[in-house]
This record gives sequence, structure tokens and C-alpha cells, in this order.
Amino acid sequence: MPENPDSEEVVETTGAEVSDETSEAKKPEPKKPVRKEREVPTVPVNLDEKSTQLSSFLDTNCPENISPSIGAEADIVTITVDKKNLIEACNYLKNDENLQFNYLSLVTVVDYEAISETFELNYHLVSLKFRHKIAVKCNLPINDLSIPTISEIWTTANWFERESHDLFGVIFEGHPNLSPLLLFEEFEGFPGRKSFPFHDYQEW
Amino acid sequence: MQVSQSQINEDAIDLMINMGPQHPSTHGVFRLVIWVDGEKIQKVEPHIGYLHRGSEKICESESYNQIITLFDRLDYVGNLNNELAFSLAVEKLMDLEIPERAQYIRVILCELNRIASHMLFYGVYGLDAGATTPMLYAFRERERIQELFESVTGARLMHNYIRIGGIKEDVEKDFKEKVHKLIDHLKESIDECDDLLSNNEMFLVRTKDIGIITADEAIDLGLSGPSLRASGVLEDIRVTDSYSIYDRFDFGIPIGSKGDCWDRYFVRVQEMRESIKIIEQALADLPEGEIITPIKGMVRPPKGEVFVRTESPRGDLGVFVVSDGSDKPYRVKVRPPSFVNLQALELMLRDTYLADAVLVLGSIDIIMGEVDR
Repeated sequence: MPENPDSEEVVETTGAEVSDETSEAKKPEPKKPVRKEREVPTVPVNLDEKSTQLSSFLDTNCPENISPSIGAEADIVTITVDKKNLIEACNYLKNDENLQFNYLSLVTVVDYEAISETFELNYHLVSLKFRHKIAVKCNLPINDLSIPTISEIWTTANWFERESHDLFGVIFEGHPNLSPLLLFEEFEGFPGRKSFPFHDYQEW
Repeated sequence: MQVSQSQINEDAIDLMINMGPQHPSTHGVFRLVIWVDGEKIQKVEPHIGYLHRGSEKICESESYNQIITLFDRLDYVGNLNNELAFSLAVEKLMDLEIPERAQYIRVILCELNRIASHMLFYGVYGLDAGATTPMLYAFRERERIQELFESVTGARLMHNYIRIGGIKEDVEKDFKEKVHKLIDHLKESIDECDDLLSNNEMFLVRTKDIGIITADEAIDLGLSGPSLRASGVLEDIRVTDSYSIYDRFDFGIPIGSKGDCWDRYFVRVQEMRESIKIIEQALADLPEGEIITPIKGMVRPPKGEVFVRTESPRGDLGVFVVSDGSDKPYRVKVRPPSFVNLQALELMLRDTYLADAVLVLGSIDIIMGEVDR
């Protein structure tokens, strides 16, 4: 007898709806809560002794033709350079006797297309000798996503750059092999970007 | 250290061999195309990405506490170390103070996890070399550690135990006794494992002077963890760029001299003993008290970005988090140690014999879940 419970349920639900409507009509409309605009704090800069020294060293000694702007994020010194000076800046950071950033840790692309129409490249460098670290930043306008490769300076960058080319479509000029690494050959689009329809994408 | 086309003698290549993606000794879905001249390897081309799940992209649509479960699935052998890396990054963004007890429990479990991970390596590496017995010993010991994890975290593999600000729940009352019993047992079994394989004549012949990487090459290629230390570079992030409470413990950093397969193997065996030293000290100091710093509402770190480096069992595990002040990260990027270490394979395999390819690949100890993300 499957029909009976079904019909009972229908009666119950309609009953509930009716009572809701009447109660709503009696009561005054509840005020909509006004949502406060939450102030977004930023991470305070908190450099340790080593990083402060590094920052002041770069301030005074960095060659002028690189024209960097030196800043800091949380606990790490950042140096922002133009893409045409990138190779020069990297060579300087690696070969200067007082810096010796001989270890490339990470290459990251951050998609700021919606905010400032740029992609930001982050190169995190570590000096195994002096134990200090730095982030080299480089902004790419969305309509010209090419940047010279640094894989000849640090071989580590090779696969990171291939991956960034795969997922973000950044073109690394002079890279020995930019064939797809994580994605398959026929894949279309750049799934790392914010604009990629991630949840709508269907492979099959 | 690029393999330039001119260095390879194209005329000498007479056979292309395809290894993987479904091959038991590639430790996951990994394809290696090898060009050989007789028995000598001329050129290799690694193909990865079979396990690419877009973890970093998924992170952008999850809340911070949900992401910890995703990090569990990157390096599925050293899960707790992965969870720790992400938690540390977010804690640094929020400038959170972590309760002492939570810090100590984190370190104890992470070091046990390191031993479990190296035990797996030990067993599987023996298997790669053709020795079946070590695998049985190693898995027996690893199982004991997994049992402890199960009693503490509720899961054998995907723990989801470390929370932003502390840990999920306090350990049982008999935790100390359990761990003491476990490490007493582990000390003996590590010696036993060492005796069984390390100086075995056949094993030495198979692994000595094979897949050599010099210190300069290793640094240039960005190798990290045991693979870097085997080349004689004294670099352990627990010591050189200390995080959590590792600066409170007294332990050694084993290094190799040559950078061959045996060095990479033996550094890991010695590291297990050092991990036990850390666990003993941490257990002795384990304080009572709170286990988590309560966070009101959702985890919403302030706007900014942070890069944290930690020492996972496989090497330098870095996490880069960009926050825009909302309850979801704007960008998460992982520096997977296996991914970078795998790049060195091309150089390691050049001019070695085809039969050694499996051993060289095994000695880097890759986990494909982490390589492909």
C-alpha cells in the first residue's frame, strides 16, 4: 500500500504551507539585517634581523640599471623588477658575492586579471650560504604574456616554467622545451587562470 | 646543466624503450621514455601529469580548514608533514600563537610520519634492487606506526588531524607510554633493517657509484631533502630555517659524500635514527595544556601573501598562500619536493646502464600524487 503514505505527506505539506502564509500575513516584515562592510586588514611586515640587513644592503648596493623597487611581504624581502631587467637582476642576485642566491625554490604565477589586468610572477630565491631569502616579482600585462626564461640561470626553473606555460599560458622566451607537462597535448585553455570555467568544465 | 642536443650522439641511439605509465617500479603513474645505445642510456624523457587533479586550483574554492584535507592527498605517505606546512603558512598570515602542547604533539607525529615514510622507501627500494625480504620487515614496522596514528587521529592514512591554530583533538592518556613502547621497538628494528640491507654485497654492487650528482649540480637542479644531503650539502630546513619548535631539539643531519644511489639510501636510514632522537626529547618535554587557539567564526587571514618552507620526508616542501581577506585563499601554490627532484633524473640517468634505471628512479623517492598535484 504505497499510495497512502504519499497522500498523507501531501496533505501535511500543504497544511504547513497554509499556516505559514497566515502567520506571515499577521506579522510585520522582519527587517533585513544590514551587512557591515568588513574592513580587510593587511598582513603586517615583520622582518627579522637578517632580512632587514638584506633589505638595506639592496637599497644601497643594487645597480641602478636594474631599477628595482624593494619592499616586503610578511617576513620576506621582495624586489620588483621590470621584465626587461629580469635576467640582469637574477644574474646580479645569483653572482653578487654578498648575496649568492644559488637556490631557486619556487616559481609562481598569480592571476590578477580581474584586479589590475596583470599576471604576477614570483621567484622565490634562497641563499644556502647566507641563509637568507628573497622574492623577485615581475608584473606582466595580460595582453603581452611573454617573459625571458631564467632556466639557464637556475635549472630548477625548467619544469616550473613549463608548468606555468601549461596552466597560465605565460610564454617563456628562450625556454628549451615548452611542451605540455601536466596537461595532455590536445588540451585547450589555461585551467590555472581565474577566468577558466573550472566547475563547468567537462572532459567527457 | 641542460642536456644539450649536441652532447647526445643521435647516430648511436638505436632503440627507444617505454617504461610506464603502468609499471610497478615507477612508484605511481609515471612514464619514462628511454633511448638506449646497446645497454647504455643515451637520453631520457620523463612524462608526468597522469595524476593531475588541479589541487592548487581546487584550493581557491575551498575554505582554509577544508584545504587541509587536500594537502593530505598530495604526498600520501607523509601526510602530517603536508598538513603542517599548510597550517604553518596560514598561521603565519594570521600571526597566530600555537599552544605548546599542540606544537609538541605535531612534532612527535610528524617525525613518526617521517620514519614511516622512510620505512616505506627502505622496503620499496630493496624491492627495486631485487630483495624481497626488506619489504616485509619495513611494512611490518610501518604498520605499527600507522596503528598509533589510527589511535590518535582516527585514520591510518588521510589523517586530517592538524588544524589551523592547533590540532583536532587531544591525544589519549596513554599516548606517552604507547610512543615510548613504539620507539623502543623502532630503534631495534631500524638497526635490524640496517643490518639486513645496507652493507649487503649484492646491494652495494647495484647502488654504489650509480646516478651520481655532485653538490653543485644538486643545488643548481634544486634538489632538496635526503637527495640533496646525499651529495654532501648540509641543508636541513628544520635546522637552517627553523620552523615550529624544531630549534629546541638536539639532532644531527646525516649527509653523504658522493651523491650516488647508496648515499641517498643511507642518508634516509640514518635520518630515521635522528627522528627518534627528536621524538624522545619531545616526549620528555611534552607539556599539559590547551591544544588549539580558538578562532572566532571562519578562518579569515588578513590580506597579504606568505611563503613557508618546511622539511617534509622528501625534501623542501614550500607553501605559497595569497590571501585577499576572504574565507578562501586567492592563490595557493605548493613547491612539491618530488616534482623538483624528479627533474634531476635526466642527468642522473645519462650514461648509466638500462638495468640501473629503476634503482636511480627509486633512490629519489618520488610520490606521484605530489608531482602531479
